[in-house]
Amino acid sequence: MLHAMNDLIVDDPERCVFRVHRSTMTSEAILALERERIFSAVWLYLGHESEIRNAGDFVRRSVAGRPLILTRSKTGAINAFYNTCTHRGATICRRDAGNASSLQCFYHAWTFDLDGNLIGVPDAQAYGPAFDRSALGLRRVARVESYRGLVFVSFNPEVEPLVDYLAGAREYIDLALDAADGEMEVIHGSNQYGIRANWKLLAENSADGYRGLPTHETYFKYIASLEEDARRKMGAISSNGAASSYLSTGRGKSLGNGHAVSEKVAPWGRPIAKWTPLFGAEAKPKLEAIVARLTEKYGAERAQMMTQTSRNMVIFPNLVLNDIMAVTLRTFEPVAPGEMRVTAWQLAPVNESPEMRAARLDNFLTFLGPGGFATPDDLEALESCQQGFAAREVEWSDISRGMHLNEPRPLDELQMRTFWRRWRDLMGARVPVLAR
Amino acid sequence: MLQTGRAEAVTRSDVEEFLYREARLLDTWQLDAWTELFTEDARYVVPANDKPDGNPACDQVIIDDNHARILARVTRLKSRHAHREYPYSRTRHQVTNVLVIEREGDTLTVEAAFTVWRFRNDRADTYVGRYDYLLTVSDAGLRIRSKRVTMDMNSLNAAGSVSIIL
Repeated sequence: MLHAMNDLIVDDPERCVFRVHRSTMTSEAILALERERIFSAVWLYLGHESEIRNAGDFVRRSVAGRPLILTRSKTGAINAFYNTCTHRGATICRRDAGNASSLQCFYHAWTFDLDGNLIGVPDAQAYGPAFDRSALGLRRVARVESYRGLVFVSFNPEVEPLVDYLAGAREYIDLALDAADGEMEVIHGSNQYGIRANWKLLAENSADGYRGLPTHETYFKYIASLEEDARRKMGAISSNGAASSYLSTGRGKSLGNGHAVSEKVAPWGRPIAKWTPLFGAEAKPKLEAIVARLTEKYGAERAQMMTQTSRNMVIFPNLVLNDIMAVTLRTFEPVAPGEMRVTAWQLAPVNESPEMRAARLDNFLTFLGPGGFATPDDLEALESCQQGFAAREVEWSDISRGMHLNEPRPLDELQMRTFWRRWRDLMGARVPVLAR
Repeated sequence: MLQTGRAEAVTRSDVEEFLYREARLLDTWQLDAWTELFTEDARYVVPANDKPDGNPACDQVIIDDNHARILARVTRLKSRHAHREYPYSRTRHQVTNVLVIEREGDTLTVEAAFTVWRFRNDRADTYVGRYDYLLTVSDAGLRIRSKRVTMDMNSLNAAGSVSIIL
């Protein structure tokens, strides 16, 4: 069966119907087009400047299937190279991270400086007159730009400037970073895990408030029981309704270029700076002081957003910045239509107190991460969807929740519609593709 | 001064027997009984794959459970809403290369190798790595004061998550 790309998404605001054809999640042909029209066209997250603080620091990454090296040169420049020797192809960097004064390929010992220049070729006189060292430096990725420490690359030399691409997402990156009242850094130890599901399912899932209570019931119960215990110990009266307020507050918002955010007041504490009994009585005045300082600096409304609300943001196509009970940066790349690889890091203020750092780490790993009380269940949900897609006669997924509302709530599916509309625009209209 | 501790009398064979029984409790999903193997001040830690020497106080780790969270983890796994493990997967915890590194007072420092197999929904996951235990001799027998599980896999790209107890 042949489908035009426009036929794969039904977007009917009049009737409030939004459906996505499930072949978008299973088709090799569609993944091949995504590699070309999305992953080779837009900005993709590479790493954080704090991971390469010093000259010679490097990290090895995979971005949209390309092996890359992110490194800092002797002059402090941030370089992104393809991790392949220009001689015969071997990967130059074979460790996850480290520091080096030069980059040497082990295969034939060609050596490059931190700016990629080819500075060493054993037995070079054996090459003819056309041998041009200056053309054989490590190949740079077409574009590298940073926004407030977040380093992005694009394989498309014509791509718009990063700040334009980020559009309304900038304001929300700012919220997370300004709240730190100083520099933020990536904490050592990342989460790298595979999910046997289409990569777009994680883009949908990462800002899906509707799933919260059914998928993560055990997490919310755990948090509620901990808080109850802590309150009892402090002699305070118990509170309830944390989960029900989660259902009714907040909003979902499109940020342009396919990026979207959902914001809400959620039933967990935030190290900056929403106190919970779990943080202990002594932490309360400290968090209040943070709120006061941020209020003075940014005004009451912005400080309120920074400290009290939780935000799940998807930056199209595959970066998630969730500023929730901790701050996570998560990126994912397709391996096959039904398989993706995820890497997640944790961001934290450099100057945080050891007690709040401990609370933050605790917050992170109880919910997030592959051993937490929530993320494994998200993996199960995504893999379960992918298995369900094998029922090929059931062709459509419904993403219309909240479509009739002027201001959709975080539990609605505006975030996903925003993603899919951008996806449709980039993939192009009226391009016939084999649908499964 | 410490008297000659009770750890002196514990043989490697005793330790192996204890670890095999722990493995059996996990493989038969007798999780409440498993929690009883731990002391009140116990820790269960799984560091990140790319930071095997990670310290839970300042690094990101995958699991950092004190006694209360060990109990909470089990409560969660017993629920029908721990979706990744409902219905339960079939597992086999294989413990080998058991070495008692040190005996001091009532405490034994133990190292072992493990392979944990997990089968569910036609997928097969393998976890391989090292156990580091601090065991303590109590009146009721050996108890776990610390269990640290360091995985050898570079990532969880194959296994996905750590939804079971390793």
